[in-house]
Amino acid sequence: MKLFRVRAIARKEFIHIVRDPRSLGMAIAVPMLLLSLFGFALTMDVDKVPLAVWDQSGTPDSRELIAQFSGSRYFNIRVQARNYREVVRAIDSREALAALIVPADFADRMGAGQVVPVQAIVDGSDANTATIAMGYARVVTFAYSQQLALREVQRVGGAAINLPVEVRPRVWYNGDMESKNYIIPGLIAVIMMVIAALLTSLTVAREWERGTMEQLISTPVRGPELILGKLLPYFAIGMLDVLLAVLMGEFFFDVPLRGNVGLLFAVSAIFLSGALTLGMLISIVTKSQLLASQLAMVLTFLPAFLLSGFMYDIGNMPKFIQGITYLIPARYFVALLKGIYLKGIGLEILGMEALLLVVFGALVMVVANLKYRKKVTV
Amino acid sequence: MDAIRTENLTRRFGNTVAVDRLSFSVAEGELFGLVGPDGAGKTTTMRLLTAIMDPTSGDAWVAGCHTVREEAAIKDSIGYVSQRFGLYQDLTVSENMNFYADIYGVPRRDRTEKIDRLLAFSNLAPFKQRLAGNLSGGMKQKLGLACALIHTPKVLFLDEPTNGVDPVSRRDFWRILYQLVRERVTIFISTAYLDEAERCTRLALLHRGRLLALGTPGEVKQLMRGAILELRTSDARRAAVLLRKELPDCTVGLYGDRIHMVTSEPDATKASATAVLQGAAIAITVVRQVPPTLDDVFVSVLAQAEVGARHE
Repeated sequence: MKLFRVRAIARKEFIHIVRDPRSLGMAIAVPMLLLSLFGFALTMDVDKVPLAVWDQSGTPDSRELIAQFSGSRYFNIRVQARNYREVVRAIDSREALAALIVPADFADRMGAGQVVPVQAIVDGSDANTATIAMGYARVVTFAYSQQLALREVQRVGGAAINLPVEVRPRVWYNGDMESKNYIIPGLIAVIMMVIAALLTSLTVAREWERGTMEQLISTPVRGPELILGKLLPYFAIGMLDVLLAVLMGEFFFDVPLRGNVGLLFAVSAIFLSGALTLGMLISIVTKSQLLASQLAMVLTFLPAFLLSGFMYDIGNMPKFIQGITYLIPARYFVALLKGIYLKGIGLEILGMEALLLVVFGALVMVVANLKYRKKVTV
Repeated sequence: MDAIRTENLTRRFGNTVAVDRLSFSVAEGELFGLVGPDGAGKTTTMRLLTAIMDPTSGDAWVAGCHTVREEAAIKDSIGYVSQRFGLYQDLTVSENMNFYADIYGVPRRDRTEKIDRLLAFSNLAPFKQRLAGNLSGGMKQKLGLACALIHTPKVLFLDEPTNGVDPVSRRDFWRILYQLVRERVTIFISTAYLDEAERCTRLALLHRGRLLALGTPGEVKQLMRGAILELRTSDARRAAVLLRKELPDCTVGLYGDRIHMVTSEPDATKASATAVLQGAAIAITVVRQVPPTLDDVFVSVLAQAEVGARHE
């Protein structure tokens, strides 16, 4: 491999990019656009669940319970229902995602020291939110019951007592449990996977389609020189995209970056090399720009989005699908970025993921070189 | 040493044989023409010789190197201008030239001088900063040639370089080729224009992948069986149709207002043609026997080949 030829190809490819400002703009604007779009839209937080309340009791006791709900930051009372029909309508129209129904004998039974059931209804058509809202409702009522029980014990026994065991939850790495904090790092990985493959998916196919490849292969240029030369300018664009994404995470989304920034860029560089080469491999095999760009999109976007552990926890997937995820390079990049961003950990823990990214990159590089033939076949 | 040599060079695409057992050689310093109608296998032959396509069977050597086994060595010593414009339209003339100079590893020292010389040579100097995509057809071809010459190749392959180029640019182009031949560059050129074939030192006639004739233009003309009768008439088009119908033994070709008839008995044909045309009230201004042009030879050789193919 002659470096001067790699440089010549890289320089030529760079001129192509610069002379086509629209593509260059796309290469830089699209990742930013996707990041802001997904970053805002994809929130898993269930905050201020709209609540409908039907207080059949209408006593100071029932109002105290309801106040526990409206006072918490999890619920927002939207509808004061007067009958069951209104509760149903509020949930059907999505005015409320949950409803609290306090029975008419609430105060009486409580006064008699009985257990009083309170009904909570949640809209299961949004299963994720329903589960979380249910949990919130349980927490709020439990806290209230505990409070009442303590008050009762105090009244009877006269002395303050302490509960024997108390859970003091402490959330690490993402104290406020804000979903953007784990979505943004994963999102950077997914977007880079797609963009990188798309960037290079046209380069080789374009030369075949425009007839410039025939001229080029009549020269002493070798496959590895061509592939490497073509990769370099796109690698620069890809790294610029990573930089912009990290800056957006820092200043726009306020995602904490706890780990080593150098390591973050190093693993991004490894990942990009692999993803860019994958795009080039697709271009080499298809020899058609249209087919290559579509294939690059399909082969990267869905796997990276669904199977990388970015959206859905891999541990919850069926064993067979879990096996497939090992083949998705974005999986390792997502793990690396989340680890570096949120946990601030390094290669001492993420070494295997980083190594597998290197393996992926080396593998596609080898296959791309094998598949590239300096021959006209038709 | 031969600049180019082939032995039973064959290339198939599925069931089609694009190039069929081609054997010939080209000496160093020759201006060798590959002639034939569209689909004869000219481009495939070019690609096989430039080592950008592998033959199905047979061998070829260019500048002493085997096209399959010593592919890399060939690429350093040849220049190739493909039929379709193969340079980068979004690069300027000088960027394209510098790119190819880089690829071939032309030393920096004499590069500027070399590029300037090639630009002057091809009259492209005033267009150095112009994007290749904005050049005219003739200028594009000259740029292609200049880029293919940047590393001073021993053998130059030109695939129908003057196709669709205006006559003035064609003349320019050939002027450059002659100069290259004087510099001892071997040129292998394919063309569908027979006036261009006439300018080659030797030529090969290709038809359906097969070599039908090989030799100097003079030798090829000797292949002509029979004589050529040239007729000028008041209505050449109608006369040609009529003669083809009435005298099926002769090959009748129409060249503008002239009709060429290939015949083994010129006097008898002259008499019968005159009779046919007079019967149709077409006035004959000139009837004479003329030496064959390459066009005549090819029309007649191709016709014989067609007849031969039918007999097979």
